[in-house]
Parts: sequence; C-alpha cells; structure tokens
Amino acid sequence: MNFRTWYLVHKWSSLVPTAFLLMLCLTGLPLIFHEEIDHWLHPHPELGAAAPGAPGADIDDVVARALAARPGEVVRFVTFDDEEPLGYVITAATPAPPPDDGHVQPFDARTGKFFDPLPPPGGFMDIMLDLHTDMFLGLPGYLFLGAMGLLLVVATVTGVVLYTPFMRKLDFGALRARRSPRLKWLDLHNLAGIATAAWVLVVGVTGTINTLALPILGLWQRGQLAEMTAPYRGLPPLERAGSVDAALRTARAAAPGMAVQFVAFPGTQFSSRHHYAVFMRGNTPLTSRLIQPALVDARTGKLTDMRELPLYVRILLVSQPLHFGDYGGLPLKILWALLDLAAIAILGTGLYLWLRRPAPAHRPGAARPAAGTGSLRDNPPTGSAPR
Amino acid sequence: MTPPPASSRRSLWQVFRWPLALALTSAVGLVSALVGDGAYDAVSWVALGLPCAVIAGALMRA
Repeated sequence: MNFRTWYLVHKWSSLVPTAFLLMLCLTGLPLIFHEEIDHWLHPHPELGAAAPGAPGADIDDVVARALAARPGEVVRFVTFDDEEPLGYVITAATPAPPPDDGHVQPFDARTGKFFDPLPPPGGFMDIMLDLHTDMFLGLPGYLFLGAMGLLLVVATVTGVVLYTPFMRKLDFGALRARRSPRLKWLDLHNLAGIATAAWVLVVGVTGTINTLALPILGLWQRGQLAEMTAPYRGLPPLERAGSVDAALRTARAAAPGMAVQFVAFPGTQFSSRHHYAVFMRGNTPLTSRLIQPALVDARTGKLTDMRELPLYVRILLVSQPLHFGDYGGLPLKILWALLDLAAIAILGTGLYLWLRRPAPAHRPGAARPAAGTGSLRDNPPTGSAPR
Repeated sequence: MTPPPASSRRSLWQVFRWPLALALTSAVGLVSALVGDGAYDAVSWVALGLPCAVIAGALMRA
C-alpha cells in the first residue's frame, strides 16, 4: 500500500465516525467522574462506627423489609460496595428486564439500617450514560457504536503509518505555529495523535468489547450458566426461596479470601430459577473485577457449582476498567480526562484539516503547489511511496 | 549523538523512537494500576502523565 491509499483509509475511517466519536468523548468526560459526581449529587449516608464485633446485617431481614416497602415487586439483586460497608437491594416488578431499571434501597451492611432510596433514573448522568452506550437505541445502538469503535481503531493504525511521511523532516514534538494555521493544526494533530495512540487504541478496543456486553451475557447464559444449572432444568418452579444469609455463608465458605460483590436472585438474568448466584470478587484491582459465580440452591442453601467465568466473559470484565479508567484513584481519572481532551483535539484538528484541505491538483503530473501547506497531496513523502 | 540538521531526512528509527517510547510507557501505565494498589497506582500516574506532558510541553514551546 502506498501512502495515498493509507491516507484514503485514514480519511474515511475517521470522517465516518467523527460525529459519534466526538459525542462519545464529550459524554465520556463526565462519566469518568460519575462516582464523584453521584456522591456529590447524592451524598453517601453517614456511616457511624460499627459496634465492635458486630456480626453484619441480617440480609434476610433486610430483604423482607425492602419487599414490604415495595408491594408487588421482587428482589433482583443485593449488591455490596467494595470500599464502604454499604449494601443495596434492587427490586423491580419482574426478576428480569423489562423494565431495565429497578428501585435501589441502600442499607448499612453492618446493621441493616435503611438509608434514603436512590432517586429514580433519568438524571443528567443517566442521560450521559445512555447516549454513551447505545444512544437510547438498545442493542442496535450498542453494536452501531461498536462499529464506530472499530473504525477508530482503523483510523488510529492508519494515522500512525501516515505519521511517517510528515515527520521525515521534522523533530518529534515540533509545532510549526508561525507558518500557517493549517500547519499548526496539522502538527498538533500528528503530535497529539502519536503521543496518545496507545491509550486511544486501548480505550477504543475495550470500548468496542463493552458494546458486546449483551451478546456476551446471552452467550454465558446459554453456555456456562445453563451447564451449571442443567440438573435443575425441568424441575417445578420454587415455591419460596430460602435464606439469602445461608447462601452467602455457603458462597463465602466455597471461596475463602474473596468477598461478595452481588447476589443475583432466582429468576434473574444472572442466575437460574432455582439458584442464588453469589458473585465473589478478589481484593486486587484486577481480581476484584474477575468475579466468580457460586451457584447456591435457593431452597437448601447448598452449593451447586462454582466456576471461573469463561475467557470471553473475563475479557469483557477486564475491558471495563481499561475503558472507564476507574482503577487507579482520582489521579488516574484526571489523566483519563486529559487524554480524552487530547482525543477531542485530534478529532477537531482532523476535521479542520479536512475542511481546509487544499484544492485537488487538476491533472496528474501538474506542477505541485508550494510545498508546506501540509497535506499529503502537496507534501509527498520523499521517496517512500511508490508512485 | 547530535541531532540531524533540520533539513535532512530522518530514518524510521528517528521518526518513531519517541512515539515508541511513549507507547511502551503508556502500556505500562495502563496495566500497572490494574495489578496493584499504592506504588502500582503511582507508576500509572507517571506513565500516563507522560503523553499529556509531552503535548502540553510542545504547546507551551510553540
């Protein structure tokens, strides 16, 4: 491939997704700080000091009180904060979507005391998230943005190749700011693009993987989850689920050294109709994401099966932090935001360079316009491209 | 080693040595905070701060 071909691929793989990538960069910016913004909008409840040796909340009682407050609803999940002794009961009219969103009741994981319920979804951050993930379109929206992510990967790789001819006569980091605006924006485009290429590639690829979350969940449900619960297929539905606390004890005993991240109740997408699925997490940033489900018979409280999630789910789970930038404290989030701003600059300068492109030469072999206006067309690579 | 005069043609190595260094540093930064806390986080901050610093430095010199 000569540089002209690389240029054409770069141009189209960037121009097609530019508007969507700009939207993703802009909505992604507040989402980087969603935890901080959520805490600021809805301050965490004051968690007093626990009584020494407190045994932890009676989760069966917590669940019963949550259900009593929400007549007609069922519990989908009980989840636990990984930093603070906070838990959440998520209830909804049905065990599995629709509706997508449930009612969230926070509680003190040591005493079982209830705090004010979280406000229903629909706030600013929810809108940002919906725009960022699927533009309110569901699966087609996810997959479309995934395709835009793939184009971003193509644009980044072709951009790195095209960096060569432009830099044959320039030092790394040179910004020719005084010659012409076009040269200045070209140099900034090239510098910001090459300096952030690794980060952009990782965020682009992991973002694309994240768009496949729904198909991946479906694959796991029909694969490993179905396998693990096969002996229960065809059994009559549970009349009444047994103790959640018993299930938690069973899961903790099966996975010593791990903590409970969430319990999926019978009938939800993450369990079977006969099981509590207790998802256990490790305690490093990586192992806390690589959760493992312990399936506990919801009637007897005995362990049915516990397995590592299959590779395709683990890839998704590791892709999440690498896309969100939420695994290295606030400084990492700030760097994520700066790199996101650099990505916006790359998109903006790229668009400018295309809008202000020099007029095409009228015929092949025509005298070239004065060199240095900064497009590949009038600033050809010296000898590298077969012509 | 002295830098080549401004007009001469740079080799691929000369064009890509800094980008390559930045990419490898970024990769270390992306992974480090994932495998540990504390010092591992700090390594990530420095490593991913580098591309930001390079861009900011060039903007200030321009």
